[in-house]
Amino acid sequence: MLRFIVRRLLQLIPILLGLSVLLFAWLRALPGGPAQAALGERATPEAIARYNELFGLDEPLIVQYLRFLGRAVRLDFGTSARTGRPVTTEFLERMPGTIELTVFAMVFAIGVGIPLGYLAARKHGSWLDSTSVIGSLLGVAIPVFFLAYLLRLLFAVELGWLPGSGRQDVRMDATRITNFYVLDGLLTREWDAAWDAVLHLILPAIALGTIPLAIIVRITRASVLDVVNEDYVRTANAKGLATSTVRRRHIIRNALLPVSTTIGLQTGLLLSGAVLTESVFSFGGVGSALYDALFARDFAILQGFILMLAIVYVLVNLLVDISYGLLDPRVRVR
Amino acid sequence: MTALGDVRRRRIDELAARAGQVPEGEGGVSLTRSAIRRLRRDPVAIIGAVIVVVFLVVAAFAPFLAPRDPLAQTLLSEIRPGSIPGGREGFPLGVDNLGRDLLSRLIYGSRQSLLIGVVSTVLGVVVGMALGVLAGAFGGWVDTLVMRFVDIVLSIPSLLMAISISVLLGQNQYALMIAIAVTQVPIFARLLRGSMLAQRGSDYAVAAQALGIRKSRIVFGHVLPNSLSPVIVQATLSLATAIIEAAALSFLGLGDPDLARPEWGAMLANAQGFLSIRPELAVYPALCIIVVALGFTLLGESLREALDPKFRR
Repeated sequence: MLRFIVRRLLQLIPILLGLSVLLFAWLRALPGGPAQAALGERATPEAIARYNELFGLDEPLIVQYLRFLGRAVRLDFGTSARTGRPVTTEFLERMPGTIELTVFAMVFAIGVGIPLGYLAARKHGSWLDSTSVIGSLLGVAIPVFFLAYLLRLLFAVELGWLPGSGRQDVRMDATRITNFYVLDGLLTREWDAAWDAVLHLILPAIALGTIPLAIIVRITRASVLDVVNEDYVRTANAKGLATSTVRRRHIIRNALLPVSTTIGLQTGLLLSGAVLTESVFSFGGVGSALYDALFARDFAILQGFILMLAIVYVLVNLLVDISYGLLDPRVRVR
Repeated sequence: MTALGDVRRRRIDELAARAGQVPEGEGGVSLTRSAIRRLRRDPVAIIGAVIVVVFLVVAAFAPFLAPRDPLAQTLLSEIRPGSIPGGREGFPLGVDNLGRDLLSRLIYGSRQSLLIGVVSTVLGVVVGMALGVLAGAFGGWVDTLVMRFVDIVLSIPSLLMAISISVLLGQNQYALMIAIAVTQVPIFARLLRGSMLAQRGSDYAVAAQALGIRKSRIVFGHVLPNSLSPVIVQATLSLATAIIEAAALSFLGLGDPDLARPEWGAMLANAQGFLSIRPELAVYPALCIIVVALGFTLLGESLREALDPKFRR
């Protein structure tokens, strides 16, 4: 198992190198190049020339790339043109919010998706089955930001049941330790702060969790339908095992293997792809920062965030592969 | 094989491998013909096809179907901050915040939205297939090189990829199409390569080789046509994704800035500002996107079943 993990880690190196080349080239290829990126769109030609000289941007590309790589390894992606703060600091400050949101969204998607998919398969052909199939098709077809707006309009603006923006009530003077607001509230025993953060998470989590929910329902249903017809299930039934035992040990355990893959993949996507949902709810995570940077053409933030998010995505995928190896011994051999 | 998204790739490969299985006992009926026969009996396929055809017809005949000019602004006294009038005589669905007829804009919008979907998917398919054929036909270091590149592109989440490309290429409808196409390329490349590898060892390919047929002939005349079915399925499904992704990019301000071309994504993005005044402005374009995406998805899923020998009934 250890060799499996080490091999996987080593295989990351070419991917990360390739990514760094791509993003390095991306910033160079932008009209105006990195100087414009750092100084903003209204920089004068003199300022750009001065900047290029100062940061060695008149040197050969390969030298520049190696220097960029050297800084990237130390997680130094320059400073934001808008806020003047280091890109990495901004990222680390905002990532906890995105992680919290992803966790809540996945809890929603898994908590609803697996039981629903399982029931749909058990009652194959019933109204519950057809509803969940149609629902899962719709869930993938609806534009996420539109769903987010609808939820916000209905539950936050019209009904006023839940907060519709931000991560916490601004009037709440909560203590910050980890920047995970819910966790902070629990650690400092400020229960109302924790509860408030949870309330702020509900609507964005539902919006963000809808696509994974739809996919999980579909995969669970298909996979349970597959497993139910397997020989070993018939054998288990034939040898007189209790229905509940067959279900638990033979059907669910095997059916959940492909589901676990999907869950991993979707988690990786959510961690990196919450741009739309976060910006609708002005959530203050990585996604809404990307959205702001996009409109401000803050290229340093864009480059740094995209690279770091891609790394997060790659690492989550690695974790998925490893956990899959743990769950299914057959994978390790290959 | 690298670690990243191994599972995602494995799934693409599984799809590809499945295309290699030969249906048993389909006495003399070609896969295409039996697939069409099965599609015609499948209500899901019919619903999907009807939806797609209806929208294609609307897009093609937009000038005849639209009651008004989608760009003409009618000055209605009711259009004020905080109020946009609804349906009325001559404006069945009402107007937008600039007094343009919503129904006509929706009808004309189908052109641009479908165009973006089709062009970006075709672009993605063509480039992806070229890479896939390269890797699948040559193997060896070409294969390694192409697949490494594909892996790197796959390691950037697709929305972030599309954002980066859009920023790079500036804001116009071609940039939008290219950005979406780039996110599709690795999927098709991987799919076709896997499918071709599965075909390469098959009896007919070996037989052709034994007969001394030129390699290019084997690849393009035999292996490639037999490897296409997963690509066709994925392309249909990708049309749905492309249209949704175009809407997302419009929302992020990376859409087509040319106001002379109404487009659902841009209409939807624009309507967010008036959601609490007149939600219909957002709901209708969103419905169009959802229904079209659904149509392509239904068609794609039933194609998958029809072309998959495992599902043969």
